[in-house]
Amino acid sequence: MTEFIVFAVLFVLVSGMGFVAARWRRPETMDSLDEWGLGGRSFGSWITWFLIGGDLYTAYTFVAVPALVFGAGAAGFYAVPYTIVVYPLVFLVLIRLWSVSHRHGFVTPADFVRARFGSPTLAAVIAVTGIVATMPYIALQLVGIESVLKAMGVNGHWPILIAFAILAAYTYQSGLRAPALIAFVKDALIYIVIIAAVLYIPSKVGGWGNIFDTAQAKFAKSPAPSDGILLDGTNQLNYAMLALGSALALFLYPHSITGVLASKNRDVIKRNMAALPAYSFVLGLIALLGYMAIAGGVKPLTSGGKPDTNTVVPVLFDKMFPDWFAGVAFAAVGIGALVPAAIMSIAAANLFTRNIYKEFWRKDATDKEEAVVSKLVSLVVKVGAVVCILALDPEFSIDLQLIGGVIILQTLPSVGLGLVTNWFHRGGLIAGWLAGMAAGLWMLYEIPNVAKGKEHFGGSAYKLSDLGLDTKMTVYVGILALLVNLVVAVAVSLVLKLSGLKDGEDVTTPDDYTADEGDPKVRDLEIASST
Amino acid sequence: MRHVREEDPLSPQDPPPEQPSVAAPAPTRRRSDHHPVNWLLVVPIVVPLLTLLFNNDGPRIGGFPAFYWMQFAFIPLGVLCTAIVYQVTKRRKGDDR
Repeated sequence: MTEFIVFAVLFVLVSGMGFVAARWRRPETMDSLDEWGLGGRSFGSWITWFLIGGDLYTAYTFVAVPALVFGAGAAGFYAVPYTIVVYPLVFLVLIRLWSVSHRHGFVTPADFVRARFGSPTLAAVIAVTGIVATMPYIALQLVGIESVLKAMGVNGHWPILIAFAILAAYTYQSGLRAPALIAFVKDALIYIVIIAAVLYIPSKVGGWGNIFDTAQAKFAKSPAPSDGILLDGTNQLNYAMLALGSALALFLYPHSITGVLASKNRDVIKRNMAALPAYSFVLGLIALLGYMAIAGGVKPLTSGGKPDTNTVVPVLFDKMFPDWFAGVAFAAVGIGALVPAAIMSIAAANLFTRNIYKEFWRKDATDKEEAVVSKLVSLVVKVGAVVCILALDPEFSIDLQLIGGVIILQTLPSVGLGLVTNWFHRGGLIAGWLAGMAAGLWMLYEIPNVAKGKEHFGGSAYKLSDLGLDTKMTVYVGILALLVNLVVAVAVSLVLKLSGLKDGEDVTTPDDYTADEGDPKVRDLEIASST
Repeated sequence: MRHVREEDPLSPQDPPPEQPSVAAPAPTRRRSDHHPVNWLLVVPIVVPLLTLLFNNDGPRIGGFPAFYWMQFAFIPLGVLCTAIVYQVTKRRKGDDR
């Protein structure tokens, strides 16, 4: 009971902060997406660090990564190289995205694509891809909250409904300022809990050496072929490709871009690319909680007769920590779900408002109207996520999220490469997207999961032997689908260019990509030249 | 003047061709993100993906197999490389490079 009281008190405290956030760094008006959806594009290095950290390292990550390590071993540790590789990989590209967005007032990645390739259709494709990839991600944050509630013995769906109703209310009111403020508490709690866990738990289960040895002994006995505390010959390539593919995908997700665009200048982003790996360190330690659970003899709770490995970390905390501290740990996970869920719903709502509603229904929507629509859509998105969890098997959300990573990668040629070059033809990009999506979904469909007794959508590691190659190695589906996408995009672009078909107009200029805080914005320049 | 594309996709590392900006009145001096120190970013992108480097149990440090402590060690490697690039390329006040 102590657990639940501590959890509830922290949760209520944080919800209060969410409402108060509307007054924090108070703008003259909240009636524009720049204010509601991007916090006034004014966040400095510290706020951005907490915000992006809170945004990328979600509650689901904290629950699912150790669950993966608990079940499969070394393969689950890919989260560490993934989050090391990502920052140097996007360093030079994100500052260009920030600059061009600052100059033109872009709110979403699809806004950028529209201007760069002169194609509302391509922008809508990017927007829909982003929304579809984000929805199951929000639903999975609920899975994170649910797993800690289960560990506290709280069953049923009503606590999730209450939590999400509160979340929806303060996101509606405060916009991006709410998760930005809450992120401070969330990250502080996570750091405290993890540092306590890695200092305290190993001493109770015989030290680090014993933790790894016990895990190895468990994997040696299991029938699964490639589990273990090291990789084997068949999954090494997949490990590297999954890390690389996930890294390429991370900053294509609309919620990551929202965090980046909310920062106030380029140096804030650069500084954060150097400072954000601090979270990767914590993530690595969190992954190892999976081994601690093995050494501590943790048995995952069962739901519907099947063991739910997402509960191993909550059960480990429950078993190892005194009640009050377990409550703090659970609150860390629960609050950890609120920050990304809020940012994701804001990002998805902005995509809908800017690239679908305004583009196809109300060309002359005012700033205020945009903000109103986004606020309402953010509610719809959350209701959708809750319905996902309540009406569908949670397993389905996990499948969708797996698919989400693969499909968001298909926006890389338009968004990622688009920031470097405008060589591609808009028709080529759409064709490449179609081909990549089709290839990715087909491969995912073909992958079975014997352990879970599933014939389709059983994972993201595609056997190269299925392509006729004489090898046992597997590769991440996202990377293969992206290759298909790129080949088609280049080929179709070449054909369209050679045939002289009209390409969209690029309204950005090279200087836009290096603009910084204080430089004039296009809107200002238009006003200046018209008066 | 011949119309030039903004950048040649085949050699993205080359500086963009000089081109008077027409659409928007640009800042007085051209800026560029190109700098040789950027190549340092390749190190933390490539090294953590080379599983052959670290897929071993020994030598263990503090009970941690090499697979784990080496990947933890790549984190400061990444921070170092990114921080150097930031320090070298950051814009100082009044420096419009």
